[in-house]
Amino acid sequence: MSAVLTRDVVKKFDDVPAVNGISLAVPDGEFMVLLGPSGCGKTTFLRIICGLEKQTSGDILIGGAVVNDIPPRARGVAMMFQSYGLYPHFTVRNNIAFPLKTQNVPRAEIEKKVEWASQLLGIGRLLERRPRQLSGGERQRVALARALVREPTALLLDEPLSNLDAKLRASARLEIKQFQQRVGITTIYVTHDQVEAMGMGDRIAVIDQGQVRQVGTPTEIYDDPADRFVATFVGTPPMNIVARNGGYLGFRPENFLPKDMMDDGAHTEFRFRVDRSEYLGSERIVYGAMEGFDPNQVITAKLPPAHVAEESIRPGEWHPFAVRNSALRHFDKDGKRTGRQ
Amino acid sequence: MAAIAETASKPASRFQFILDRRDVLGAIFVSPAILYVLLLVGVPFLMAVYYSLSAYTIYDPSWDFVGLDNFADILQDPTFQQTLYNTFIFTFGSQILGLILGKFGALVLLRPFPGRKLVRALVILPWAVPVALATVAWQWMFDSLYSVINWTLIALGFITREQAPNWLGTEHLAMLSVIIVNAWRFFPFAIVIFLAGITAVPQDVLDAATVDGAGFWRRNYQIIVPMILPIVAIGLIFGIVFTFTDLSVVFLMTMGGPVGATSVLGFAGFQTGITSGDVSHGAAISLFMLPVLLVVVVFMLRFIRRREI
Repeated sequence: MSAVLTRDVVKKFDDVPAVNGISLAVPDGEFMVLLGPSGCGKTTFLRIICGLEKQTSGDILIGGAVVNDIPPRARGVAMMFQSYGLYPHFTVRNNIAFPLKTQNVPRAEIEKKVEWASQLLGIGRLLERRPRQLSGGERQRVALARALVREPTALLLDEPLSNLDAKLRASARLEIKQFQQRVGITTIYVTHDQVEAMGMGDRIAVIDQGQVRQVGTPTEIYDDPADRFVATFVGTPPMNIVARNGGYLGFRPENFLPKDMMDDGAHTEFRFRVDRSEYLGSERIVYGAMEGFDPNQVITAKLPPAHVAEESIRPGEWHPFAVRNSALRHFDKDGKRTGRQ
Repeated sequence: MAAIAETASKPASRFQFILDRRDVLGAIFVSPAILYVLLLVGVPFLMAVYYSLSAYTIYDPSWDFVGLDNFADILQDPTFQQTLYNTFIFTFGSQILGLILGKFGALVLLRPFPGRKLVRALVILPWAVPVALATVAWQWMFDSLYSVINWTLIALGFITREQAPNWLGTEHLAMLSVIIVNAWRFFPFAIVIFLAGITAVPQDVLDAATVDGAGFWRRNYQIIVPMILPIVAIGLIFGIVFTFTDLSVVFLMTMGGPVGATSVLGFAGFQTGITSGDVSHGAAISLFMLPVLLVVVVFMLRFIRRREI
């Protein structure tokens, strides 16, 4: 059964659609990531699920029941906000207890549950502090504890890592994922960061202009993008897309290699003029243009530096490069994926 | 090259760069403000202190030092006790009424509705209209014969003509009237304070409260009000200081009457010291504001510091 199910949800702000017909099923216990550029409607969609925004049309089902007209507090979902939304005048203990107090849970039970949630997140020693006395990572845990204390059907996270510095973000990513696996709670996680999406999601829904472009596991999204948008949004550097035969041909930079590095399998050759090459330690990014295609389109190749002969990527010269046929992706003139060749 | 060498070798005057020094420039900039406060607040204040310790009247302008006699005199005067009591009622009554009106006004003005911008602009009017003008208008509304309030109440059938209250001629009603007028003057300020406070509460916090199950009242009184309390307290300090020292509404509407029922410290000090010419007693009455305001301000500031979040 789906913990969260949406049917053709549309949300318009003054006739401008922010969410344009999203149907999505999130099974019980899944970690679903909504990935998309800023302004694509992913946060609006999350706010519709939890009831902070009312959809213009469509249905939201949580735990199998339609919740369209049910207020946020009764939907059984918890939400964690980008800047956490902790109550600054409450102690950590009262922050975590607040969702229970509003439901008139008996005091003894509140204490027990606060204890449980704070143990779960390892913040027992912070209970008497106020939010401003906590570090970014600690605040995040408190927000998570407050979200979990009601034991919701689903946990909604809105870009929870964007307020942390890069170093903390990596460890928090791991922590949230491990935590989600341990508790097994259905989670919907909104982010614009593909590293978070790829690293954490059981499945990813790529959203653009209020519509789901593709739903799939990280591998599916990366290897078999459904259209040009997904292909170029996921992956750094993005997939190379060139026009060919009225459609488009796509290949990942790491699959575009000097011909002499190819193994025996079937491959397609291209002549590649190297313009510039960047050495980044673990990889080398080479920029250039391909013969027979738009000379102004920059094509990138991502090479393992240790295995690349200097003369095969010398700038200013034409070199034979190739892509394995199994790594070529074809898109029709509208940018939709067509079958493999 | 030659030009540069010439400039560099020229012996610098000691004062050539004096204005580049932050401490000197800062002192120059801040000195007019300090002078202003010293001359127009400090000197009159010290004079008031001296007057209150002397036997100075306009009929007998002697500077004889009499110690605390003036204070002892006025403390024993039942009229003064009444005035002191009135001042507190007047101040806190109009502040509480103004805050309540301000809170609800702010909540209304936060919601989008057609013409909100116009209403937001108009709501500032009571604050912007000269006090004399506004008070005269109110005086007519409370007039014993032509009161539009009474006329409305009679027209609506709540009271008969015989029951019509004499707003400014009855002790408690007169106090209520000056409180209403003062609260009416104060509440746009309260609205601005509340609006500033409420819009400063992060949307994430409000959303979190909604998802956590807080309804309208809980969101307002457990989340918003505690969070904006420091800024509201600052507004309240201003309100208390201004109202406690104010004499304009009372002076223009009731002249302290009937029978001293609306006399406040500022008005009594003015009456005794200026109108009656008993400068020393007038100064002593006015100086009574000082300890009271000091206590209020210290208490409020400590309260804010404790509540700081």
